[in-house]
Parts: sequence; structure tokens; C-alpha cells
Amino acid sequence: MQKITEIKELKLKANDIRKDVIEMLAEAKSGHSAGSLGMADIFSVLYFNVLNHDPKNTKWKERDRLILSHGHVCPVRYAAMAEAGFFPLKELKTLRKLGSRLQGHPHNLDLPGIENTAGPLGQGISVATGIALAAKMDKKDIKVYCLMGDGEINEGQPWEAFMFGAKNKLDNLIVLIDRNFIQIDGNTEEIMPLDPLNKKFEAFNFHVIELNGNDVKELLEGFEKAKRVQGKPVVIIANTVPGKGVSFMEGKSEWHGKAPNKEEAVKALEELNEIEKKIKEE
Amino acid sequence: MGKINPEMFLIENLKEAKGIPSRDGYGKALVELGKRNENVVALCCDLTDSTRVGWFKEKFPERFIEVGVAEQNMMSLAAGLSDMGKIPFVSSYAVFSPGRNWDQLRVSVCYSEANVKIQGAHAGISVGPDGATHQALEDIAITRCIPNLTVIVPVDAVEGEKATIQAGEIKGPMYLRFGREKVPTITTERTPFTIGKAEVFREGKDVCIIACGVMVYDALLAAEELEKEDIEVMVINNHTVKPLDKKTLIEAAKKTGAIVTAEEHQVFGGMGSAVAEVLSQNYPVPIKFVGIKDRFGESGQPEELLKKFGCTSKDIIKAVKDVLEMKK
Repeated sequence: MQKITEIKELKLKANDIRKDVIEMLAEAKSGHSAGSLGMADIFSVLYFNVLNHDPKNTKWKERDRLILSHGHVCPVRYAAMAEAGFFPLKELKTLRKLGSRLQGHPHNLDLPGIENTAGPLGQGISVATGIALAAKMDKKDIKVYCLMGDGEINEGQPWEAFMFGAKNKLDNLIVLIDRNFIQIDGNTEEIMPLDPLNKKFEAFNFHVIELNGNDVKELLEGFEKAKRVQGKPVVIIANTVPGKGVSFMEGKSEWHGKAPNKEEAVKALEELNEIEKKIKEE
Repeated sequence: MGKINPEMFLIENLKEAKGIPSRDGYGKALVELGKRNENVVALCCDLTDSTRVGWFKEKFPERFIEVGVAEQNMMSLAAGLSDMGKIPFVSSYAVFSPGRNWDQLRVSVCYSEANVKIQGAHAGISVGPDGATHQALEDIAITRCIPNLTVIVPVDAVEGEKATIQAGEIKGPMYLRFGREKVPTITTERTPFTIGKAEVFREGKDVCIIACGVMVYDALLAAEELEKEDIEVMVINNHTVKPLDKKTLIEAAKKTGAIVTAEEHQVFGGMGSAVAEVLSQNYPVPIKFVGIKDRFGESGQPEELLKKFGCTSKDIIKAVKDVLEMKK
């Protein structure tokens, strides 16, 4: 599909995705707000610039694969997919409802374009690593992007996968950690400290890139660098603000697994409309 | 040989059965599948020799994937490989896989309908001296409850080979259970085997023993003994625990009116439970269960353990007599 290179356009797409997320979650009355909003810029950059894919041909064999390992932020993926033309925008309102293709946690068989099933944390990274290995075995020139939550790597399985990826020199594997410092019970460094996260990944023989995950320009540059790394898997530690764009959600772990009510949604959409105006005036 | 079903082409004399571990059949079949299809890949968690995956590794080193001691990673990796068109076989001991990676089996493989084949090696009490931690006695229970998963317990190495070949040629997640010890090889190349089809190994009208794995042999021995007392015993090799061959099982219940199930597994949740679920809803008859009775194993020689834990032909004979009392 046609790639968007204008930073302003990508910011506007991210803002559209955020508005979709708020509307979907308010309609569903449950779901994960903070992580979804925090990752909107990442999803905008991936779906509209970085990924080689075709929303009208989801089984295209040469497509890049996007694996979402922390499935609970799927609203932001669904929103980005709808904005990119994978399915009609109005279907977003079916999230979490009976018979919907938009399951509460994503299921690969329900919705074309969803590459992997995810919910229990830590599995997606292994699936992504398996795909990257198969691509190497078959000499396919594709990239595998795996998005993970920071709380998710409390699990042991990802570290098994990281060791495996480094051992097999899977430089077609680009992992992105959504470093937002929140998980359900509070701050990640209080629940189970992860820092120094960059040093952990260096010790696991990954190429480490750190950037601001809410800055479109930094993301574009970071992914470009990641694609050029050879001989090692890459991790992008993307520092994000959970709940980004909605002042009363920003940085608050209580919004990890909560959806806005009607009034909160109206307020959030007002704020996002203000941001849209500002981006347009830039 | 009594009333052995001639269409089953079993060996002539049961007492002269050659001892071969069923896992040898798996290893052989994996090599054959590797030759037939270049998409077949094998993953293993640091147990290459004892699972017999080493034979595949020798022939196809570029398609062998060493995962290290990381069963959870292995299961989800396999799902990723299958997304790309590979046919992954994942091998470890049953206590670890599916014992330790059940969540990955459930979500990455079964719910996602990934075309992954799981070998649970060294299952059952007969693992012996390693003790309870290494004796998988619950693997049938935890696999047969997962949607989309086929569960197979081959009777011997010859059947193990056929089962593995068929598993590789049918799409969908499958669990194959193997033991460690040499077991009597009672089937031959000509013995019919189709996943999902239970086979009547022996005809009889008084009672039916429905067994899987090595206990099929014990069931046949028990039937021979019981013949001396004029008890005519049917024996069914119920190798596919899921999906069950309901038709054959219900017919057996109708014909004999009494059932004994036999497996080297906990009686709670195992193959016998699966049989009871079908018969109780379709044609209820008295059933006795031979297997491990809700307890953990321990160290010992395989024969000592099978005896202590009630998994011998003698135990089957007692169960047959008990169930015949209930039938009266």
C-alpha cells in the first residue's frame, strides 16, 4: 500500500486512531485504554509507513509480519487496521460483542490481517521468533515486527525467545517494547523492576535502540535503523506515555485495564479534537 | 490365540512379541516424513537422543531446531513456523510438553489451529527410576480437554510409526504419546491403523476391555487367561483418545454389556473417562477402570511400578471379574 511519509499526516493518523480507540472502548464498556492510546503513534507509523503490506491481500506471502504479543492493547491495532482499510471503520463498534470479529483479545482466525492469537502474555514473541526463523530458512526477505508490553516481560517465556533469537542471529526480527512503566498493579519498577532494561537486552546480544515512542519522527528513524542491523535481532525500547493524548488518563496505571464511561469519552474526544487542530496548524 | 481378529494381522504368538520402545517408531517416521516433505521440521528441548529426534537431526540437520531447555518457547515457536507453512514436530518428555507448556499448546497452537505435532515421550509410570516428577500420568487428561487437538496413544513401535506418518499428513494440532521402555510389538505392517478408528483386536461376547498404549498387550494376555475360565473377552485398541470412535465403542457396549478400560495414566480424566463419557450418554453399562488411582508415582523398576500401581494383566483380570459381578 501507498506509504505516508509526511510527519504531520502520520500524527493526524495517530490522532484518528486515538479517537477510534476512545469510541470503541466507550461502546464496549470494557478494555484497555492506557496502552492503546500510548501506542497510537507506533501503530500509525507501522501501518502507514514501515510495514510492507496490503490491506486488500492479507495473505500476500511477501508481507512483513506484525505480531502483537500483549494482546490486550488490540483496540489500537483494530483501529489502525480499520483506518488502513482492512475492514470498515463502523465495525470497530462491535469490539468485544457477541459474534464480533474483534475479539477482546485478538484471534488469528477471526479477522484477516491479525497474524497471531494473543492474550496470555509472552507467547507472541515466540511466535514472531518462529516466523523469523522460517523466513531465514526459506531465504524470504521479510521483516517480523513484534510489539510487547513492558509488564509482559515479567514472564519467563520472552527471555527464552530472546536467547533463541540471538543464538540464531535473527536480524529480521525487530522487537518493540512499549516502555510505559505501568502494569495492572502499578508502576513496573515497584511490581517487578526491569531497569536497566537496555543493559539486559545488550547482555542477551540484541541490538538496542531507545527512543520516544510518542514521537513520529524518532519512530521513523528508529525503524529505519532497525531494518539495517545485521547479524542480531533488534529491540526498540519505545518510551511512551500511557493514555497519551487524554490528560486525565496520561501516566495513570488505573487506566491500564479500564474503559471510559460516556462522559469521560466525550471529554477525551474534545481533547483529541483540540490536538487535531493544533497538528493541522503546525 | 483364541479369538484374535484375523483382519488385524497381529503377530502369531503374543508371548514371543519383540520388545521395542514405541518412541523408535516416532523417530523412524520422522525421518520418513522428512524425506517425503521438505516442510517437515523437528524441534527439541535438549532431549534429542531419548526422544529419537536425533535420527531426523542426522539426516536433515538444516531442518532440526535445538531450542534448549525451554518448552514454552518451543511450543509457540512451532506455531510461528507453522504460520509460514512448516510442519513442526515438537519433542520432549510428556511431563514437560504438554505438561509445562499447556497454555502455549492451548493458545498458540490449538486455538490458533496451528499445524503442530506434539510428541510426549517417556509418558506413564513405566519411566521407572526417575520417579514421580518424570512420570507423566496426567497428559491425556490435559490434552483431550482442549478443542481442536487430536490425542493418540500408539500401542507399539510399529503403530507409533504409522500414527506419526498420518499425523504429518493430516492438517491440525496432534498430540502423540510414547513411553520409554521396550514394549511388546504386537502389530505388524499389515495391521490396520487410521487416526480416529478404534480396532477390535479380539472378539468376545461377555465383556470388552478397551485399552490404549502398552496396556493393549496386557489386555490381550488377560483375555487369554480368562478364556480358560470360559469368559469370552473382546479387546479394543482405542489408540485415538480424541476424537473417540464412538460407533465402535457403543457397539462393543451393546454386544458385551460390560466394559473394562485400561491405560497407563490417571483414571481421572484419562482414556477410560473419555469412554465413560460416551457410553453413559449413549448406552450405559457397568465400567471398571484400570489405571493409576489418583496418586503420584515413585522410583522403582518399571515392572515393580506397574505391579504396585495396578497396571498389569492381573489387575485387568480382577477388573473383568468385578465388572461381570456388576453386570449380573
